[in-house]
Amino acid sequence: MTTKEYENYYVPAQSHWPIIGAVALFLIAVGAANYVTELKNEQSGYGGYILIAGIAMVVYMMFGWFNNVINESMSGKYSGQMDNSFRQGMSWFIFSEVMFFAAFFGALLYARTFSIPWLDGAGNNAMTGEVLWPDFSATWPLIKTPDGTETTGMGWYGLPLINTILLLTSSVTAHLAHIALEKDNRGQLKFWLGLTVLLGVVFLYCQGLEYAHAYADEMKLYLTSGIYGNTFYLLTGFHGMHVTLGTIMLFVMLVRVFKGHFTPKSHFAFQATSWYWHFVDVVWVLLFVFVYIL
Amino acid sequence: MTTEAIHDSHEHDHHDHKMTGIKRWLFTTNHKDIGTMYLWFAFIMLLTGGALAMMIRVELFQPGLQFIEPDFFNQLTTVHGLIMVFGAIMPAFTGFANWMIPMMIGAPDMALPRMNNWSFWILPFAFSILLASFFMESGAPNFGWTFYAPLSTTYSNGSTAFFVFAVHIMGVSSIMGAINVVVTIMNMRAPGMTYMKMPLFVWTFFITAYLLIAVMPVLAGVVTMVLTDTYFGTSFFNAAGGGDPVMFQHIFWFFGHPEVYIMILPAFGIVSTIIPAFARKRLFGYSSMVYATASIAFLSFIVWAHHMFTTGMPLFGELFFMYCTMLIAIPTGVKVFNWVATMWRGSMTFEVPMLFSIAFVILFTIGGFSGLMLALTPVDFQYHDTYFVVAHFHYVLVTGSLFSIYAGTYYWLPKWTGNMYSDKLSKAHFWCSLISVNILFFPMHFLGLAGMPRRIPDYALQFADFNKWVSIGGFAFGLSQLIFLAVVIKCIRGGEKAEAKPWDGAEGLEWTVPSPAPYHTFEKPPKID
Repeated sequence: MTTKEYENYYVPAQSHWPIIGAVALFLIAVGAANYVTELKNEQSGYGGYILIAGIAMVVYMMFGWFNNVINESMSGKYSGQMDNSFRQGMSWFIFSEVMFFAAFFGALLYARTFSIPWLDGAGNNAMTGEVLWPDFSATWPLIKTPDGTETTGMGWYGLPLINTILLLTSSVTAHLAHIALEKDNRGQLKFWLGLTVLLGVVFLYCQGLEYAHAYADEMKLYLTSGIYGNTFYLLTGFHGMHVTLGTIMLFVMLVRVFKGHFTPKSHFAFQATSWYWHFVDVVWVLLFVFVYIL
Repeated sequence: MTTEAIHDSHEHDHHDHKMTGIKRWLFTTNHKDIGTMYLWFAFIMLLTGGALAMMIRVELFQPGLQFIEPDFFNQLTTVHGLIMVFGAIMPAFTGFANWMIPMMIGAPDMALPRMNNWSFWILPFAFSILLASFFMESGAPNFGWTFYAPLSTTYSNGSTAFFVFAVHIMGVSSIMGAINVVVTIMNMRAPGMTYMKMPLFVWTFFITAYLLIAVMPVLAGVVTMVLTDTYFGTSFFNAAGGGDPVMFQHIFWFFGHPEVYIMILPAFGIVSTIIPAFARKRLFGYSSMVYATASIAFLSFIVWAHHMFTTGMPLFGELFFMYCTMLIAIPTGVKVFNWVATMWRGSMTFEVPMLFSIAFVILFTIGGFSGLMLALTPVDFQYHDTYFVVAHFHYVLVTGSLFSIYAGTYYWLPKWTGNMYSDKLSKAHFWCSLISVNILFFPMHFLGLAGMPRRIPDYALQFADFNKWVSIGGFAFGLSQLIFLAVVIKCIRGGEKAEAKPWDGAEGLEWTVPSPAPYHTFEKPPKID
């Protein structure tokens, strides 16, 4: 830092976007809480509408906020230090996402390593198996729970394998798009980025097919099918939500590329999106190993 | 160089004027405004959570059920805990981080100022959801602030979803706040301020922010599982579906134990700033303090199950977590040794910030020792879920964290307001708090060792005398905090003008700018040698 020329760090003046964001999160929280309560009690109410209003408000905030940031960036207000702030901020955000998934992977591994064997009497829990759950035997996937709910395990061959190939390929194409951007080859950039978006969409479609297949009568793999169904749906579901978000981000980047945004030197938003996409991809690889194969 | 920067900032004022009225606070991107809002919010929450505690102590003044239904009693203990942890202590520290870190490292503001505003404004909304649940048909959450399954799942009342989503948005706020602190410290230090030249205050907030980014998402994960178990028929914490209620405790405490250090590491930073100033000596063992803080942070990730010794873990688990927990005494001991060594042969004076800091060192150490007792698996079976635990964590959180917050407030109040506060009134606040807090919490040790369980609205007759004293101490402590409010309001409204550096032994960049600190400081970074 000492060797660099001093540049002004841009501190924006007042902004109304954060308070809009805070109100939006409030609506989402209140709406979602009301909505799930109504679902459980089979009542009708306004929860769903409040939730949708909150989500719409977040989207509105993002457009407005990012618009400000893009304009500030294009008018040359940002220094290299500002760019660093954005990069570091994004990296730590992704790290927090990693820890979020870690909680669910933790639950999966705990159930497989401890709770299921213990229910069958492993360790010092002989009486748990003997007295409480005499008919239970530990298996993974847990196709029969201690209280007797039956289900089927999802294999790794077929759709999950195809999905793995799709996502791994999309990580490569995202990287190729990045290289093209750095070489200022706009044609290639558009091609590879467009292909990445397409791969994301196809992945989501296949994931939908897989869920439909799992919920069909021959598999009977439901969210409520014991710890196997729980971890399966929460892990793949949250991953799917992240893929959806990542695809939307990639799509926005594509639109911006067509508008002529980004230069080989300055393209933080593109870079952040591509980091996010690689992160989503790594999570999938872990999912594929721990949820499907093992 | 520094004075130039100040001069410069005055020239810039005309094109960067602040808005007036409510808009200034709603739309602000200024770290000082946001810090002020965090501190006021924390204090309002402290009084709210304190009011709930008063109701608890009214009920416990005498044995037998007097005023409150047991279910409402559970709601009080739950919301008291949640408010004090997430609404009072954590936001107060974030307020300090906002106010002081940019000034201490010579930065113009926090690295991401708009996000900073967002982090703050989420909090009032989150806590209004939580508090609103008191007025719902089912009442507020009643399963304890630790929301153990199945109390929070199978047996919870109808407001659980509101609790879950309130915690979710609190978590969003904390994560964004922490990212801001990390990025500010990594990226915005003035030229020449290397990591090992940073004030220890900045170091402790740096490490705390890492802990937050690492564990708040885990809290989000575990409340999500509570939500799906309660509302969508999953069985993460239900043996009938292959899950395990103990798994809840593992995931929760994986968040919960680092959370404990999130609430005490910044306190270490504040006290490490104040003791050298009034002992008029450099902090003893600066680098060992840094390494000790980092070691505590690391160890905090591998001790979580010491909260669960009585759940029937395998023997290896009990031993592993017992020894790891006892290891924490080493870096903590290093810290206490260094504070005492800093005071050793110093030219000490006893202004109010110093009084609170010395009280912190002694009383926090008591809390640390009772923690060491709790760490021993065999004896923990006796102490578990008794008032001994309540005494332990109130010694570290009230006479630890809260006292450090008061110490810090009195230390920097002249810088924030430009005025000196009333010496008499603030000393009255200190002595009233010190005496009442010990009447409040010390007898809880005896109650716990004699076997009084926590979170019960009634108790056996032999506990009556101690409980009476605890309640009296509680009311006195609660009232003493109103003195603090008076001191602060009086100080904001006027008083003897404070110099740029009102404490002759104080060090750091924040004392090189005038008091009150100008709206913008260090628009050009100062040079650090």
